[in-house]
Amino acid sequence: MSIHIEGVSKTFSDYPALNGVSLEIGNGEFVALLGPSGSGKTTLLRIIAGLERPEAGCVRFGNRDVTKSSAASRGIGFVFQHYALFGHMTVADNIAFGLTVMPRRSRPKGGEIKRRVTQLLELVQLPGLGDRYPSQLSGGQRQRVALARALARDPKILLLDEPFGALDAKVRRELRGALRTIHEELGLTSVFVTHDHEEAFTLADRVALLNEGRIEQFAPPEEIEARPESDFVRTFLS
Amino acid sequence: MGTRSTLREPPLVKALLMAAAFAYIALMLLLPLWAVMSEAFRAGAKAWAAAVSEPDARAAIKLTLLVAAIAVPLNTIFGVAAAWAISKFQFGGKAVLIAFIELPFSVSPVVSGLVWVLLFGAQGWFGTWLIDRDIQIIFALPGLVLATVFVTFPFVARQLIPLMTAQGRADEEAALTLGASGWQTFWHVTLPNIRFGLLYGVLLCNARAMGEFGAVSVVSGHIRGETNTMPLHVEVLYNEYNFVAAFAVASLLTLLALVTLALKSALEWRYRAALAART
Repeated sequence: MSIHIEGVSKTFSDYPALNGVSLEIGNGEFVALLGPSGSGKTTLLRIIAGLERPEAGCVRFGNRDVTKSSAASRGIGFVFQHYALFGHMTVADNIAFGLTVMPRRSRPKGGEIKRRVTQLLELVQLPGLGDRYPSQLSGGQRQRVALARALARDPKILLLDEPFGALDAKVRRELRGALRTIHEELGLTSVFVTHDHEEAFTLADRVALLNEGRIEQFAPPEEIEARPESDFVRTFLS
Repeated sequence: MGTRSTLREPPLVKALLMAAAFAYIALMLLLPLWAVMSEAFRAGAKAWAAAVSEPDARAAIKLTLLVAAIAVPLNTIFGVAAAWAISKFQFGGKAVLIAFIELPFSVSPVVSGLVWVLLFGAQGWFGTWLIDRDIQIIFALPGLVLATVFVTFPFVARQLIPLMTAQGRADEEAALTLGASGWQTFWHVTLPNIRFGLLYGVLLCNARAMGEFGAVSVVSGHIRGETNTMPLHVEVLYNEYNFVAAFAVASLLTLLALVTLALKSALEWRYRAALAART
């Protein structure tokens, strides 16, 4: 599903986090929001998710205006940097959470939920780990569980906030590959935040470079490298 | 480790410090505990049983349980709500709210009781209004509950605020993005995350609610068999030189303290395991 962001602004106690940002993300695209800390990239992602409210501007998913919709009703999947898994639930219960909180009339039956959990565990390459608790898993495994959990309700849009930030280099590479594969397989529209330009450039179809609450350049990696549009882009990439 | 060796005490100093600590605990804590128990049973188990089962004592036990059964749930609900608001939202006046939550700890219990007399007593602000409508608050159950709520107000909130602040909002946000309602998020995510801290706070709140003397004494009126809680009943018996009965009821309160201590230790042990598992 396509994402349209028009003139979005957000201020945190007098300091502008986003300053009239507009962005058009096409259906099926894989987009990176790249920038130094404080550039507003995470705020922008959280506004797309509905975890923050913009003061001005609007957000649309396809033709649907979601600016005023709650995070719960947007039908997105969200992956957090520090996993945010529920420590008191098993891996299977974590993944099933999005399904078990559905209203009774639309909720899938118990057996169906079980099947879905098994299927998601296979998708993230953790078959058979459903009975473990998050504390018994490695960082990379936890982030895979978080990904499976975010995908349980079949979102069309996947949002990831520094998803590899807490992982070491080797796990990071493996997980990047897995994420890209899942993105293609499920036909998702994915947006992820990173401050690592190598990560953004190897993974994304297009990269939005943010600085001080504005978008400096939004283009495919090759184009940004070939034709940086501002001094900031040039220095950030060097 | 260079600092370790400089911090290591000579064995003699260590032994002296430990001996001093143990002697102090024995003198200040264990001796009184032993005194209460031995006085309570001085006339034998039969006299003890008679003292704690005579009608006034039973009324005092019932009243204490009733007051705690009202005050503790009220402060639990308030404590969770306050801790939730303080730890998960940004708003002005947060520091003031935290300071006010702690206020009952720094106010003398006499004042904690007296404020209710000033508000609802016969000569108080709402006194005539209440008398006209035949509503009794002071020298009755509502007054005891109010005084107890005031005194035990901070326990649950204080326990939860640092815990919930440390846990942050990520788990709740995750639940929201997964489609959970606010209520579902609270029941399935927030409450399980704080369950040990909450139990711990409720336990301390309950111990204080049952044992409170000063504030309750001001609003009680000391009517035997009617408005005397257990601590007040102990005082009445003691003032009547009825030492065996006084210490018998006191031994029940002491028992409550020991049970609280045991549960608290069990929870701390459990809580640490749960905390370690989270990271």
